[in-house]
Amino acid sequence: MKYAYYPGCSLHSTGSEFDLSLRSVSPLLGVELEEVDDWICCGSTSAHAVSELLALALPVANLCLVEAMEMGEVVVPCASCFRRMKAGHHESATRPEMREKINRVVDRPYQGTVKVCHPLEVFADEAMLAEIAVLATEDLSRLEVVCYYGCLLTRPPKVMQFDRYEYPMSMDAVLRAAGIRTLDWDFKTMCCGAAFTLTETDIVYKLCADLLDEAQAVGANAIAVACPMCHANLDTRQPEIEERLKKSYQLPVFYFTQLMGLAMGIPATELGIGRHLVEPGSLIGGQPKQPASAPAPAPA
Amino acid sequence: MTQAATAETITPTSGFAYSILGESGVDVNLCYQCGKCAAGCPVAYAMDYPPAQLIHAARLGLDELVLGSRTIWLCAACETCTTRCPQDVDIAKVMDAAKILAVDRGINPAVGEVRSFHKAALASIRRFGRMWEAGMVLSLKLRTGNYFKDMELGSRMLRKGKLKLLPTFAGSRRARRIFSRVKKVEREADRPE
Repeated sequence: MKYAYYPGCSLHSTGSEFDLSLRSVSPLLGVELEEVDDWICCGSTSAHAVSELLALALPVANLCLVEAMEMGEVVVPCASCFRRMKAGHHESATRPEMREKINRVVDRPYQGTVKVCHPLEVFADEAMLAEIAVLATEDLSRLEVVCYYGCLLTRPPKVMQFDRYEYPMSMDAVLRAAGIRTLDWDFKTMCCGAAFTLTETDIVYKLCADLLDEAQAVGANAIAVACPMCHANLDTRQPEIEERLKKSYQLPVFYFTQLMGLAMGIPATELGIGRHLVEPGSLIGGQPKQPASAPAPAPA
Repeated sequence: MTQAATAETITPTSGFAYSILGESGVDVNLCYQCGKCAAGCPVAYAMDYPPAQLIHAARLGLDELVLGSRTIWLCAACETCTTRCPQDVDIAKVMDAAKILAVDRGINPAVGEVRSFHKAALASIRRFGRMWEAGMVLSLKLRTGNYFKDMELGSRMLRKGKLKLLPTFAGSRRARRIFSRVKKVEREADRPE
């Protein structure tokens, strides 16, 4: 299956491991991704706080590029980009006066033909799950994973129409197909504080500490995510949270595509796992785990 | 709060509710104050007014209270409220509309750093077509004067290859065109002939 591919800004920088691992697992499953040429930012967190028209025009301009490629479906891995793309498509489909305004500001009118999909939708398809089960040969039985979907993959349900919005299961299904144990927990769609990490960092500390506490309480030893912002908050802020709360979590945070790749025998380096701040240690085989007394040492 | 002190009668069909409707298409008068939005809001603990109170204030026309609140800037846009509202009030959209109205009316944002973040982020997108995170953080520091925050984290991320030192300019001209056309369309809407 061939799809247009919109990585979004994060997957070219802070979330580059998501890009790397998605590009590694896709061909093994017969999924071909063609990156949209000259794509621009979707406006993400900030545009909708400043102008509704701008917040819709930026993603729609990218959907227009997908139409120009004559592709019917675009894969959008970043949860925030996924949300904004869905918003652009939904609002231009349901509000004619808004569609008219959007089409006045983008370079070519949007015909409304693009289906926006998340990689989880592609991989959680029944035939694909069977394929994943065949390809997953590595033993990852040490992992006890909680799947953290975050806010924007499923919300608001009217626009996103993705999975069960209070208790999604697609990531669990994909990882279970890959032979990885995933646990039930209540915080699947709780907020991590998102972009407040740069300004209202205390909010991110609190919300992420709640998430880490709950993950630890249900017995998880790793967290799987599908959003670069969730990853940044849970991984890069974890050492600071441990220091502030005098707690030890040591919970490595993986993109679900990294776990799929590991299960399929792709080396950790090719999946960008070395770029995380909380190192997985012996959890995924290979290098031995750091002694428990040293909380998340800085990389040399 | 100043309006409450005047002799004007406060009604639930305030002009301010219409301003919100005009900016967002959301009718706050549908709210029957069940409080579900506030109950699910992960940031309510840090707000000066929980979301349900803010919606009620909008209904009553307490525009200075709403537009001057910390609440509108502390909304994380997680959309839990919008998703759970039994009356289909898009509360997250009301928060955005209130931020836009506050800036339009020249009201000082109660949480200035968040406003600075949005400005820095959009300036980066406008200039480069894509978000250049390292440059955006630098420009945020210049705007807020908070130079040393997260320096250590930044350098660790750099060493891990998680931050790009230089921007790309892919699509920058297209982004600039969209920004200026949006400005033009919005100016026209402000001055209908």
